[in-house]
Amino acid sequence: MEMLEDPETGKKQRKGRRCLSRAANIDKAGPPPSLPSSGAHHKSPEKEGGASPKHQWKREWAGSRLGAGGGACPAGPMRTRGGGRLLGREGRRMADAALFEFLHTEMVAELWAQDPDPGPGGQKMSLSVLEGMGFRVGQALGERLPRETLAFREELDVLKFLCKDVWAAVFQKQMDSLRTNHQGTYVLQDHSFPLLIRMASGLQYLEEAPKFLAFTCGLLRGTLSTLGIKSLVTASVAALPACKFQVVIQRS
Amino acid sequence: MSRQANRGTESKKMSSELFTLTYGALVTQLCKDYENDEDVNKQLDKMGYNIGVRLIEDFLARSNVGRCHDFRETADVIAKVAFKMYLGITPSITNWSPAGDEFSLILENNPLVDFVELPDNHSSLIYSNLLCGVLRGALEMIRKLRYAANA
Repeated sequence: MEMLEDPETGKKQRKGRRCLSRAANIDKAGPPPSLPSSGAHHKSPEKEGGASPKHQWKREWAGSRLGAGGGACPAGPMRTRGGGRLLGREGRRMADAALFEFLHTEMVAELWAQDPDPGPGGQKMSLSVLEGMGFRVGQALGERLPRETLAFREELDVLKFLCKDVWAAVFQKQMDSLRTNHQGTYVLQDHSFPLLIRMASGLQYLEEAPKFLAFTCGLLRGTLSTLGIKSLVTASVAALPACKFQVVIQRS
Repeated sequence: MSRQANRGTESKKMSSELFTLTYGALVTQLCKDYENDEDVNKQLDKMGYNIGVRLIEDFLARSNVGRCHDFRETADVIAKVAFKMYLGITPSITNWSPAGDEFSLILENNPLVDFVELPDNHSSLIYSNLLCGVLRGALEMIRKLRYAANA
């Protein structure tokens, strides 16, 4: 088992159990960070052609289907289906992606309905519950990664891994683009996010969208956490089903 | 295959692990939110029901099964087509009641419980109860459809 070094503190973390261990008993760390209030899209940091060097955003990668054309994709042909390599041992059982989507939708409905407080405080609570669940799942997912994928040389490689392999394993597609300011902030863009597709496209359900993104934000944060990176992940939607995930690396 | 407006006959497969992990996180959360196992069981059943009433449409759209003529056929479709399609397993059908209106599905390798261990203080938790709700919801919709057609 590999030991991962926490870049912040130099502390070594146990890479973790070979497997999920006790799914029903997961109760891992940390209060999830607070999420922005629903619908609010804070200032996008990715305006290009900006004045100061601080705001220069580099497009690190544009996801390409099956390696055809465009963008810097150094890792060679990528798999867009199944993510079998990511979570795969031979003969792993496959489930239908629709099942996850149905479960996720029902979880959002359930956790939303439970909260007696309909005001913004209550909303935040439900969002953070969903985010927390995603975090635990992301952590467990991270623990199941094959050893060779963990030897990342730099942070950007980890983010690319998220965009390609993790996204493909979870959503059967790659992230559509990745941008960074090379100062610890990354913007991951999905033009057609599967968990939003079943909702109407455009602006109609914009207010509902954050609920459907909270779990995934947590998932990203959890996977990063297992890979030794502490982060804050938020999401924003301008028009369904496109959305952006913003990952801000937390350094002490 | 002809393209359809919705997902149609396409089926995206993923490792069942994500589903297992997510389900585990859900059950954990429900155990926190509700005080006793019975309530968690009920909640899982209710959530499963809500999933089932939607899942059945997805199933009918993507599988090519025709109308079932009797309950035994229904059992076969559930075990050999539906479970296979969604969870990649084929439970066995046993325990038919003499009247032929009741049967048991035995899941030898239930993906939901992969790597799951229940602690002692949750002995009355029916961990996979979501599945019961899903079946209940799906079958109820089928029955409604049948009644509507006969009206």
